[in-house]
Amino acid sequence: MGDMNEGGSTKKFLYLNRKAPYGTVYALESLEVVLIAAAFEQDVSLAFIDDGVYQIIQGQDTTGIGMKNFSPTFNALGDYDINKLYVEKESLDERGLTEDDLMPLVYEDEDDDWAEKPSIRVVSRAEMADLMQDQDVILSF
Amino acid sequence: MKFGILVNEGPYQHQASDSAYQFARAALEKGHEVTRVFFYHDGVYNGTSYSVPPLDDRQVTKQWSELAKEHDVDLVLCVAACQRRGMMDDGEAERHGKGANNVAEGFRISGLGQLIETGIQSDRLVTFGD
Amino acid sequence: MSILHTVNKSAYERNALESCLGHTRPGDAVLLIEDGVISARAGSTAGEKLAAAMAETGVSIYALGADMAARGIPEDKLVDGVKAIDYAGFVDLAAENDAVEAWL
Repeated sequence: MGDMNEGGSTKKFLYLNRKAPYGTVYALESLEVVLIAAAFEQDVSLAFIDDGVYQIIQGQDTTGIGMKNFSPTFNALGDYDINKLYVEKESLDERGLTEDDLMPLVYEDEDDDWAEKPSIRVVSRAEMADLMQDQDVILSF
Repeated sequence: MKFGILVNEGPYQHQASDSAYQFARAALEKGHEVTRVFFYHDGVYNGTSYSVPPLDDRQVTKQWSELAKEHDVDLVLCVAACQRRGMMDDGEAERHGKGANNVAEGFRISGLGQLIETGIQSDRLVTFGD
Repeated sequence: MSILHTVNKSAYERNALESCLGHTRPGDAVLLIEDGVISARAGSTAGEKLAAAMAETGVSIYALGADMAARGIPEDKLVDGVKAIDYAGFVDLAAENDAVEAWL
């Protein structure tokens, strides 16, 4: 897969998540793409807006619906150097949520003596719009 | 310019595949290149050879197959999505002990890496879905 | 840097258009396709929001003519300022902007 980057080109990929998990398959299959993307050494960011914020909410329990709870997989993203998870404050506010309702996702910063740092960055809608402008490829599912 | 296209929905239920096809046709007519169409989620059903729609309806799978043949467009069905949804080429059918190949002409099954590669190698990636 | 945003759902069904308009920057283009064109009809509540967005945020708004025709929306019933385009125009917009963002 490293051959893909022979030209040394790194693109900025944004994964736009606007849908809640379980009701449809998009959230799960989006996460599967993100995990694959890690192998391509691109600059990856994840955006959670609208109902997408529910993908990383704490305390998901799917035993009653017969589906696999895939939220623990988000904990693994840090190990794949995917540590820019942008969550929109307005989307949280609208849904009666705060950052404390989200999973405490972290990564170890190799440039800072492997200090544990939060992967989640709560941003305003305006900041989210600016982030979008900064991308080469925007993937939505 | 090189266009990559992502189709997230199956045929007939949603307009996504029809819109993607019209977009691809228009891009090719304008002299652009469509390097790859990647089918994900239920989008993999666009590649089934077992579809026999009424003759007075558009033939979604056949349209894609013809486009691939005419313009050398790479039509890729995501393997993980295919495995969940019962789409098999010869290799997959043998591996999983299932019946027959049901992948239509011009389509091939491959990994999600092909989607990322399309994002890297194309100038624009255009997504159609629900 | 500019983005072509595509919206394929009616504003009466989902919040995709509203969310999209909240994330545009001046110079961006918004293209309504499929059921998204329903939002572009003049004299509608969604149409008023489109007009306001054009005036306040500096975005250009387009609607795919083939999808309008399929849904019985004539070009003279479009909100003032919204431009009807064909698939070739869609391709041009995708090429002219730096990225395409689908509001699915």
